[in-house]
Amino acid sequence: MAKRHFDIKAQPGFAFLAILTFAVLYLPIATLVVYAFNASDSVSIWGGFSLKWFVEAWNNSAVQDAAWRSLVIAFFAAAIATSAATMAAIATTRTEPYRGLGFKYAFINQPLMVPEIVTAVALLIVFSRLKVWTGYSGLGYLILAHTAFCIPFAYLPIRARLESMDLTLERAAADLYATPWMTFRRVTLPLLRPGIIAGFMLAFVISLDDVVITEFVKSGGQDTLPTYMLGQIRRTVTPEVNAIATAFLALSVVLVTAFFFINRQKT
Amino acid sequence: MATAAETARQGETETIRRRWLLSAPALIIIFVAAVGPLFVMLAYSFMARGDYGDVKFGQFSLDGWFSVFFQRDVFDDTVTLAEAHLSILWRSLRLSLITTVLTVILGFPTAYFIATRPRHTREIWVFLVTIPFWTNLLIRTFAMQQVIRNEGVINTLLRALGIIDQPLQIMYTDWAILFGMVYVYLPLMVLPLYASMEKLDFRLIEAGYDLYAGRLSVLWRIVIPLVKPGVIAGSILVFIPSLGAYVIPRVLGGGKNLMLGNLIEMQFGSGRNWPLGAAISITLMVLVMVALLFYVRNASKSGAQHG
Repeated sequence: MAKRHFDIKAQPGFAFLAILTFAVLYLPIATLVVYAFNASDSVSIWGGFSLKWFVEAWNNSAVQDAAWRSLVIAFFAAAIATSAATMAAIATTRTEPYRGLGFKYAFINQPLMVPEIVTAVALLIVFSRLKVWTGYSGLGYLILAHTAFCIPFAYLPIRARLESMDLTLERAAADLYATPWMTFRRVTLPLLRPGIIAGFMLAFVISLDDVVITEFVKSGGQDTLPTYMLGQIRRTVTPEVNAIATAFLALSVVLVTAFFFINRQKT
Repeated sequence: MATAAETARQGETETIRRRWLLSAPALIIIFVAAVGPLFVMLAYSFMARGDYGDVKFGQFSLDGWFSVFFQRDVFDDTVTLAEAHLSILWRSLRLSLITTVLTVILGFPTAYFIATRPRHTREIWVFLVTIPFWTNLLIRTFAMQQVIRNEGVINTLLRALGIIDQPLQIMYTDWAILFGMVYVYLPLMVLPLYASMEKLDFRLIEAGYDLYAGRLSVLWRIVIPLVKPGVIAGSILVFIPSLGAYVIPRVLGGGKNLMLGNLIEMQFGSGRNWPLGAAISITLMVLVMVALLFYVRNASKSGAQHG
C-alpha cells in the first residue's frame, strides 16, 4: 500500500514566492543585458542583434577615461585598505579582550553604520575647504575617501580567516628562534593569504561600485564609470549605457564568482 | 618572583602598544575620511549660511536647525511648520517601512525555500542571491527603470495582453521608488534570513506535527520564533539604507518625489544652504542610530533567551 509522504519541510505557497523572488531579482538585469545587444537606437524597440553599442562605448573617450579612473581608484583604495585592515585584524583577533578593543571594532565598522549620503556631504564640506587651502584637487581625495569605506569590507574576511587559525604554528616558529618578523613573513602571512585576497577583492568591488561618495567628492572632470553613467541616465538614454552597464556587470560577476570559490577553498 | 611578574607585565604593555600601532593606519584613515568630517559637519550645522553656499565660518547661528522643522514667513514673520521638509521625512520613513515589510514577505519564503533544498544545491541558490547583491546599485536601479518605464517591460506586456490601452505611469511616482528599493535591497533581507534558517532544527518541526499542529501553527509558533533574530537583522539591513537612499529616488522618483537623501543634496546644490543640509544629515544619522539601538537591544534580548 502506497502511503502518501508527508513533507515536514513544505509550507504552502513558499516555493511560489521564492520563484517569484528570483524572477524579480533577475528580470530587470536580463532586460538591461538584452537591450545592450539591440541594433536600434532606442532602448524600447528591438531592432535585431548587434554589438554596435559595445563598439561605440569602447571608442567613447569619456567612457575610456572614466573606466580607467575607476580602476586606478579601486586599485589604490583596495590595496591601502587591505594593508591597513590586515594590520588592524592582527591587532584585534586571537587575543584576550583588552581596553580599547571595543572602541577599535566600532571605529573600523563606522563607515557601515552611517548612511552614505551623510558621509558624502561631510566629505564635501571638508574636502572643498582643503582643495581651496592646498590648491591640490587631484585623485588623492577620491582614493582617501574610498580607502576609508573599503576598510571594513577588507577587514571582515581577514578577521574571519585569522579567527580560524590558532596560534600553535606561530608559537612553534618562535620556539625555533624565529624573530617576530620572520614568523609573520613565513608563517602568518602565507596562512592568511586567502583572507587577504578575499578582502582585497571585496574592497575592489565596493570601490568600483561607489556612486554617492564619488559624486560629492570628485572635482570637475573626475568622473568614474558609475558617476558617468549617473549623468547619462539623467539625459537621453541610448543602449550605449546598457552596453557599459553590461560590461560592468560581467566584471562584477567574474569577481564575485572568483571570491565565491576562494572562500569555499578554505573549508 | 617579583621580577618575573614585572617582566610579564612589561611584556603585556609592550604587546598592547604594538596592537595600537598596528591598528593605527586603519583608525587614522577612518578618522580623517569618515568620522572626523562628521564632527566638522556638526559644527557647520550651527553656523550662519554663506551667501553663495558654504558657511560664514565661525559665525554661530541656529537658523540651520530651525529651518529643518520650521519656516518663517517672508512678509509677516509668522512661524509655521516646514511642511515640505516634514512631508519628505514622512515619505522617507513610510517608504522605508513598506520596503522592509515587502522584502520580509518575499525574502522569508525565499530563505526558507533555500534552507530546505538538499545541501549541495543550497550553495547555488545562495550564489544566485549573492550576484545581484554585488552588482552595482546604480546598474540595478537603471535596470529597474527599464522595466517600469512607459515603454518598459511591464507596460509593453500589459498592452500586448490587452489589459491596458494607456501605459501605466509608474516612473516618477512613489511606486517607482518602492519597486526600486524592494528590488535593490531584497538580497540584504534574504541573506541574513537564510543564515538563521540554515541552523533551524527540523526535528522541532517534526515534533510539532507529531503533536497535531497544522502547517500554519508550525510556521507561526515554531519557525518564526526561532528565526526571529534573522528577521530583525534583515529588517535593519534593509531599513537603514532605504532611509538614506539617494540614487534610487533620484533616478526613479524624478525631481518631485524626494527622499531625505535628495533633500540633503539640494541644500548643498541649488539650495545653497549648507547649515540646513548639515542639520538634515545629522537628523538622518540620528534616525539611523535609533534604529540600530533598537536592533542591538533586541539582539541582546533574544540572545539571552536562547543562550
